[in-house]
Amino acid sequence: MIKINQIHKSYLTGQNSLHVLKGIDLNIEAGEMISIMGASGSGKSTLLNILGILDNYDSGAYFLDGIKIEKLTERKAAQLRNKMLGFVFQSFNLVSFKNAMENVALPLYYQNVPRKKRNLIAMEYLDRMGLKDWAHHLPNELSGGQKQRVAIARALIGKPKVILADEPTGALDSTTSLEVMDLLQEINANGITVIIVTHEHDIAKRTGKTIRITDGNITEIIVN
Amino acid sequence: MFELDKWQEIYSTIRKNKLRTFLTGFSVAWGIFMLIILLGSGAGLENGVKEQFKGGATNGVWISSGQTSLKYKGLKTGRQIKFTNEDYKSIKTTVEGYDRISARLFLGNKLISYKNEYGSFFLSPCHPDYGYIKEVDIIQGRFLNTIDIKEFRKVAVIGEKVKSSLFKGADSIAMGKYIKINGVLFQVVGVFRDYSRNDDEQKRVYIPISTAQRVFQGENVINQISFTTGDASAEEADLMIKKSKAVLAKMHTFDMEDNRAINVWNKNEEVRKFKALFAGIRLFIWIIGIGTIIAGIVGVSNIMMIVVKERTKEIGIRKSLGATPWSIVALIMQEAIVITSFAGYIGLVLGVGLLELISKKMPPSEFFRNPEANFSVALMATMLLIVSGAIAGFFPAMNAAKVKPVEALRDE
Repeated sequence: MIKINQIHKSYLTGQNSLHVLKGIDLNIEAGEMISIMGASGSGKSTLLNILGILDNYDSGAYFLDGIKIEKLTERKAAQLRNKMLGFVFQSFNLVSFKNAMENVALPLYYQNVPRKKRNLIAMEYLDRMGLKDWAHHLPNELSGGQKQRVAIARALIGKPKVILADEPTGALDSTTSLEVMDLLQEINANGITVIIVTHEHDIAKRTGKTIRITDGNITEIIVN
Repeated sequence: MFELDKWQEIYSTIRKNKLRTFLTGFSVAWGIFMLIILLGSGAGLENGVKEQFKGGATNGVWISSGQTSLKYKGLKTGRQIKFTNEDYKSIKTTVEGYDRISARLFLGNKLISYKNEYGSFFLSPCHPDYGYIKEVDIIQGRFLNTIDIKEFRKVAVIGEKVKSSLFKGADSIAMGKYIKINGVLFQVVGVFRDYSRNDDEQKRVYIPISTAQRVFQGENVINQISFTTGDASAEEADLMIKKSKAVLAKMHTFDMEDNRAINVWNKNEEVRKFKALFAGIRLFIWIIGIGTIIAGIVGVSNIMMIVVKERTKEIGIRKSLGATPWSIVALIMQEAIVITSFAGYIGLVLGVGLLELISKKMPPSEFFRNPEANFSVALMATMLLIVSGAIAGFFPAMNAAKVKPVEALRDE
């Protein structure tokens, strides 16, 4: 599903160039659930952003489901994100003035699904997350766990092949974290590839494989 | 770009950002409102002054006799100049380019009666052309004609006010009736309304000048000669005046430089002066109006900048969910356009409404009447605001669309 060869990435900060990724090789099969671990600044989030086509890379090659991701136009990148990928963020990133249902339905808006139909589908996904009664609440009326479940529903609604989660439990208490991980495992069981960036060992242990990144290099691959 | 779904998306974001929408809209509405009020007041002022010029052709020239103030060819000053029919005839034959010409005799107010009703009205003997020069509006019958003059007919054209005070109740029909002017019977052949709002102008009675000279005077004296200059340019009109003056100076032996021997009132010149004044006022209004619009534009730009800044994260989220850059630009711009056009329309309606109210409730004064907004100008200003709203939204939106989602999503 995901194949990257010798990915390099540097950031320019003023006059200094910060070499963040120093030749990453990674192969993730369809249906795998893996975690990426590393100290902050190790480059794990950068890697996730590159995998999510949210950021570009300097050299190397990246294939997503056989498609070479290289020098894409913004438009093409947006379409790929919309069709192939689902994102879950630490800070949820819900649109604050849209209610839960509208947030979940948003990816379908960019697929030109009519409003009524996409709201109906969004309700289905919220129901699956057990949030049907909260569909018309704004994000600031929801608890952290509820917010993250809305975000997961939103990530799933476009029927993506890969879910990318950046510290999905970082802002949640341990009980809620477990619930969210249960959800992600359930999603994975349905055949969707799940990649989680985390620094929590408990979380990492619940994935099939843990990739440890140190200083821009993969230093360890642990099969859990 | 114009599918219903996009409008619903815009509507839902506008609805959920009421205060921001209101603030953006307010500057636009205010700008348009002020512009409409300014333009309307300017128009009101102009209409008021224009009203002052009604009742008399704008290209009319009135020449009245006066007293000499300069010694000339051994003649002393203070001589009373008396125009006669000869003056009228020689101006008529020697001056070229005039359109209509008439002489007038000033007999002052006369006692005029019909049966038991009577009143004192201003008698104004003249030639038929005077109806045109004075812009008399005939509402019944006719004005004087050349046969009236030739045959010394005893006919009269009376003002509306004269008619209403002499012909009352069951006897309200004036046409064909005989009225007594200083004891002489005249037949009413027409009723007029003067364009000017001046009440005195409606209390006049026009009779043939030839008849008046024979009946009331017994000589061939006249007091005033007036003519219209047709399509003549200002210079040509001045030349006509100069020629008339020369003719009169020769007939009555006075100095051409003597400005008091005869009095010339050139209405065209007065109109020209006022036109220049109003061109100045209009320019002034436009400068202020454009200033107001620029203030509106700056307001819109400012708020759009903040809007885009504020929504950077939202834009990042949208992009991560598959929004194309163009869809982001379109979203922001359409929102800006919807807000500005809607608010502009509100300002327009309020401005026009207030002007309507003023023109309905406020009695027209001497220098202010019927304030009105030039609709096409207002529409143009609204368009300008929409375009500037779009431009103001466009560049920040382009920048926002260019921001990499990873940067927009970065946690603070």
